[in-house]
Amino acid sequence: MNVYADNAATTAVSDAALAAMMPCFQEIYGNPSSLHTPGQRAAEKLAAARETFAKYLNADPREITFTSGGSEADNQALRSAALLGARKGKKHIISTKFEHHAILHTLQALEKEGYEVTLLDIPPDGVVTAEQVKDAIRPDTCLVSVMFANNEIGTIQPIPEIGAVCHEAGVLFHTDAVQAAGHLPIDVQAMHIDMLSLSAHKFHGPKGVGVLYARRGIALTNVIHGGAQERGKRAGTENIPGICGAAAAFEEACANMEKNAAHLIPLRDKLIAGLTAIPHTVLNGDAKRRLPGNVNVCFEGIEGESLLLLLDAKGIAASSGSACTSGSLDPSHVLLALGRPHEVAHGSLRLSFSEYNTEAEIDYILQEVPEVVSYLRNISPVWDELEKGQRPHLI
Amino acid sequence: MALYSDKVMDHFQHPRNVGKMDDADGIGEVGNAKCGDIMRMYIKVDHDTQTITDVKFNTFGCGSAIATSSMATELIKGKPISEALTLSNKAVVEALDGLPAHKIHCSVLAEEAVRAAVRDYYDKNNIPYGDELRECDGHCDTCHQEHE
Repeated sequence: MNVYADNAATTAVSDAALAAMMPCFQEIYGNPSSLHTPGQRAAEKLAAARETFAKYLNADPREITFTSGGSEADNQALRSAALLGARKGKKHIISTKFEHHAILHTLQALEKEGYEVTLLDIPPDGVVTAEQVKDAIRPDTCLVSVMFANNEIGTIQPIPEIGAVCHEAGVLFHTDAVQAAGHLPIDVQAMHIDMLSLSAHKFHGPKGVGVLYARRGIALTNVIHGGAQERGKRAGTENIPGICGAAAAFEEACANMEKNAAHLIPLRDKLIAGLTAIPHTVLNGDAKRRLPGNVNVCFEGIEGESLLLLLDAKGIAASSGSACTSGSLDPSHVLLALGRPHEVAHGSLRLSFSEYNTEAEIDYILQEVPEVVSYLRNISPVWDELEKGQRPHLI
Repeated sequence: MALYSDKVMDHFQHPRNVGKMDDADGIGEVGNAKCGDIMRMYIKVDHDTQTITDVKFNTFGCGSAIATSSMATELIKGKPISEALTLSNKAVVEALDGLPAHKIHCSVLAEEAVRAAVRDYYDKNNIPYGDELRECDGHCDTCHQEHE
């Protein structure tokens, strides 16, 4: 059996998204900036896609900017807010320790440019509190950026509460909603969100398409300079096929959100129960306050990459936060921020699902994972020491 | 998976000489759990001929850590200690038809594990040895720098 359980990395393009894209290659191929009819047909497609995103985010179409993906949207959001802050002499930014690298590395770049960054600690349940944000806000804070849901451990952050705290203090609030969009309800008005990033390929849209929502009145700074596309805020001929596919996928995901969650949550909980029954295994992140399709556990005494390779050989495609899969000597910054010791974080496994996954697939995973874990523990000197009491169990 | 050669995958999925050895003459352990790799190598030595008659390993680590351990045991099994000590990480990499650049340190660990097992055997039997059998300092970065 082949099971794709890495939907937090990327998803398959849906039939609806593909159908929306296909005419844009050979039929409606004009440049939306052109005055002629083929160009204007493409411009209509672009406008319709913009309206779709605005509708499901409860935003205005003029507040939607298409980008090359979530990372570009994150970069542009942070840079825009930073520049607006600097103009008022405010150069302090608040974020969290478990953001995506698109946020963390942009913040590092801003630090080199003279900004001060406070990264909030992550409580053991993987949910940052509005209180933490409130306590960190200073008179010179220009921006708070907290992700909607974490990409590794799936925990959902109290976005409306954090937004309210920011607005009360007069600070801009950005959220990286790459993992949440299409999976959780988002209302930028009700949730006090000033800026939001999302990426189409996380909800069965194509890769290479992202959206930056920015509340009207927030002047965006260009990351890509050039032509006057996207009201002059993002140069480059628009990726019309991708944008149309993204809009179709978003519409489909939002329309079926409750149904998909009702399908996924029982599967997720069944998998969590089954995996945490393996001795010395711990769930990462709160059991309930998490994305419907996210399971993330650490198995003590084994290393994640070897686990992934053996699962891959059994047809199961998953992900891990081990150092070997990150290409550095350190395991996932998310698991470390959550307080997992290095040796435990190396043994992490993330399984992430979409509505295309079935209960039979969950059962197959539950049949194979314990076997692989047990095999790897048997050849592990760390497990040997844990079992002999020469090394204390950490989980 | 194209990350690894067929040989690496073979040794990873079907490791040779994997397991523990209760009556080992020398046991070497290198790496640390914090870095994500630990190799433990057990050797059985014929005292008269100074030959490694049997070898076993236990490894906590990624696919290439397991594969390099397995290959290293194959390369030293039945060999005189003097020959086993000449085993280089490069020889392990070549025998596996190559490793990705960021996995070279796994082959270094394998080399170090063999040397650590021999050192332990020498220590237990009061056999003197020189500086060339220095101890792994437990810092993965050190080897990363030196061997690549």
